[in-house]
Amino acid sequence: SNPPVAPEISSSVALDFVLIGRTSAFLLLHQARAERFFRSDHTNNWAVLVCTSRFWFNYRHVANTLSVYRSVKRLGIPDSHIVLMLADDMACNHRNPKPATVFSHKNMELNVYGDDVEVDYRGYEVTVENFLRVLTGRLPPSTPRSKRLLSDDHSNILIYLTGHGGNGFLKFQDSEEISNVELADAFEQMWQKRRYNELLFIIDTCQGASMYERFYSPNLMALASSQVGEDSLSHQPDLAIGVHLMDRYTFYLLEFLEDIHPASQANMNDLFKVCPKSQCVSTPGHRTDLFQRDPGSVLITDFFGSVRKVEITMETINLTPHTETALAYVDQLPVAQIIHQKPKQKDWHPPDGFILGLWTLILLVFFRTYGIKHLKHIF
Amino acid sequence: MAAVEVEKQRGRSAAVAIAALVIAAGIPLWWKTTETYRAWLPAARISELEALQLELRVEVEVVFARGTLSPEQQKKVPASRMREQQQQVDDKTGLKFTYETRFRTATVMEEDALNQPTAAEADHALHTLTETSCGSVVIYIIPEASALLPQDMRVYVGRSRTALLRSQVASVVGAGLPEVLAALDPQMEQVLQTMSFNHQDVTAALTDRLRPGLSTRDSLADSMRAFKSSPGYEITFSLLNPDPKHHQLHWDVEAALDAYIYPLLHKMAPVANFSVDSQILYYAVLGVNPRYDASASAYTLSADSLAHVINPVEARLGSNAASSNPVLNFLLYVPDSLHSPLIIRNDQKQEVASNAFHSPRWGGIMVYNVDGAYGNDTQFPVDIAIDMSRVMGVFLSQLRLMLGFQQTGAPPGFVLEAAGREGVAEWELDRLLWSRSVENVATASASITSLAQLLDQIANIVINDNIAQQVASAVTALQAAVAELEAGNLALALEHSREAISASERAFFDPSLLHLLYFPDDQKFAIYIPLFLPMCVPILLSLLKIFREVQQHRAEKRAKRD
Repeated sequence: SNPPVAPEISSSVALDFVLIGRTSAFLLLHQARAERFFRSDHTNNWAVLVCTSRFWFNYRHVANTLSVYRSVKRLGIPDSHIVLMLADDMACNHRNPKPATVFSHKNMELNVYGDDVEVDYRGYEVTVENFLRVLTGRLPPSTPRSKRLLSDDHSNILIYLTGHGGNGFLKFQDSEEISNVELADAFEQMWQKRRYNELLFIIDTCQGASMYERFYSPNLMALASSQVGEDSLSHQPDLAIGVHLMDRYTFYLLEFLEDIHPASQANMNDLFKVCPKSQCVSTPGHRTDLFQRDPGSVLITDFFGSVRKVEITMETINLTPHTETALAYVDQLPVAQIIHQKPKQKDWHPPDGFILGLWTLILLVFFRTYGIKHLKHIF
Repeated sequence: MAAVEVEKQRGRSAAVAIAALVIAAGIPLWWKTTETYRAWLPAARISELEALQLELRVEVEVVFARGTLSPEQQKKVPASRMREQQQQVDDKTGLKFTYETRFRTATVMEEDALNQPTAAEADHALHTLTETSCGSVVIYIIPEASALLPQDMRVYVGRSRTALLRSQVASVVGAGLPEVLAALDPQMEQVLQTMSFNHQDVTAALTDRLRPGLSTRDSLADSMRAFKSSPGYEITFSLLNPDPKHHQLHWDVEAALDAYIYPLLHKMAPVANFSVDSQILYYAVLGVNPRYDASASAYTLSADSLAHVINPVEARLGSNAASSNPVLNFLLYVPDSLHSPLIIRNDQKQEVASNAFHSPRWGGIMVYNVDGAYGNDTQFPVDIAIDMSRVMGVFLSQLRLMLGFQQTGAPPGFVLEAAGREGVAEWELDRLLWSRSVENVATASASITSLAQLLDQIANIVINDNIAQQVASAVTALQAAVAELEAGNLALALEHSREAISASERAFFDPSLLHLLYFPDDQKFAIYIPLFLPMCVPILLSLLKIFREVQQHRAEKRAKRD
């Protein structure tokens, strides 16, 4: 914009200042927009949520996973980008006094099951092998799209594991275990194939910090609910249902996430403060040395939500309207020629020649063989 | 006594025989049965791939029209010239750009073609004369006084692979041929950077091999926007009608796809396979509430709220569950009658001409206002036919961005001919093919080298024969692709690079490559000790006893001798 020519110098100078101020503000806004575009390198979000324990008394692990699933869906990640693995069915368990519900708070305040839950791996399909296959992408070709992690090099992935664990391992289905070395190797294979841009790993088990000790791939951030040697404790039992409903760490994590909305600016430092020792009894830990960005600049919605980057389409292509003649059906065959159908017989007609001849033959043969005297039994 | 001695001898020989059997037969048998089957991989050829030296060769033909060179200069024109540029991207990847330039004067037919009134017609006439191969560039030098280009424009880039360059030679009076060529060089360089590859594009295409953080901001935006090279893509066109009670929408999407989109997809057939489908969604609402702006008497969506529009809609879109190819979604949203018209405002609060926005690696959304098609007292629902040419114009430009054609930023003094019916010019397609071939080569080589490294590191992964075969074929195709790039055959190079990348992906993601359970060393001991210890202890003790007896015997013999 050209600065206007004004007779008095003072007013022109003032106008110049205003205009410079506006252009610099415009430049700052443009730069801020560009900065926001580049603050994080991801274009899509994925979540892999795994509950690894079965049996009714491990109700709280399923409730943990479903609470995180609920938050992640609420903040925008669609079902097609969530791989939910639940090792047992608590909602329709025979021992559930309130069928089709999974509560996360005592007095049945919050039902995290609902009718919009898409479980991708259920029951005995939740194994170490399937989990590693999902992470590394080595699935058989017949696996449907909903069971695959189709991330690319600009995907931010959230991985949440919960169950029973120990020093260096996590128990799956009460019969097998995954070790921290295998997990670290799986993440390294994901990095080699550029299957993630940044990865947030949250684990809520006993001695959870041991599971992230062995990571060595870049762009990984990890949180655990307890240190090595400590147990993660459950929150509160519900006397009507009869089991503990949630684990402490995930309970306070859910409380924290309920305050987050898609445009929220809360960052990872707030997430690290969730569930201090006074509330959790165990000491939550985190690991950020492999992460390139400063955790204070990482938004919660970078991992838990799915805020898309958007650009206005500035260019269009001018296309001449294509005058297409309406499809003429003159060349088509009549329907009766296309569909060969016998006309339906409405009246009863006597049986045709073939059937009559067949029965005559049968009768003739019978009477020839056994003699004509049997005829009286028939007539 | 002798019986005891015989027994002892028998015991000794039994112990020695058992020990011999265990060591000679048992240990090799145990080793053989507990080893994992690993087929042989061509490790030497794979390690060669780690250091990639790519050479890209462009064949340039420079044609001098009448009036650009004096007759003596015409006789001295060199037949060809080679120019090389070396660039070391990082310690393992090197690039060499070779421009092989051939000079000649224009033929009579080409002179006739250049005598057309406008540049577009000249370009069309020239296109019918010669057949240019994929990846090559033809530059016609026209005299300074030529009227084909407007006065301030120096270069015209046509729809196929030709460019018209206005020579500056008349300004340099009495110049010899070397000066003329030297004056042409920077301009030709600029033309080649626009029409063929430039260094930033190629470096951006190599990101798979490079450590993160090496690419610039602009190339990062471009690489984030376009999909990565994939064997196939799924494109879905959706019509969102939130108000079927008032609007009865008719869109002839099949005819529009035939007319506008399929030509582009057919042109891109060497790059990837495309599958297209369409759907109509009723009662689908945007996730944000538009604000009413009285000054424009319309509802507005600001640029900030656009980011939150996509997620609620995406949850309801159907997709093809059969393939794992990336999906591009193009949504046409017709606002309901209560919120019509709906316009999109950019950051500067200005109206956007296309009324559309796109999200990188996802697709685009266009808002189509129909409030002008009916008045207040029409009978609802109103039949509305959507103008597909306008809609497809927007979708086509968004599709081009998603597929990797950069936004056409013409350098100063250049006139770029708008892409015609097919949606993309030949040289734009060539640019995409260059970057896709380089990207495929980089990705395939990175996959193979990391797979080899992985298989080396994790000792208990079974390598089947089919994996070894895939890797071998991937390596062969990769070397062929690099050779074709060196020779300048772009189409063949792309084909080989696609073969290489599909073979390497199949090898890397083969389901059989899951490593067997990891056993820490203490667990391995815990398994083997109960098996082997009860067997080995008696053998070892008896061997020790035999050894001690032999020692004793020898000592006695020595004592007896002395």
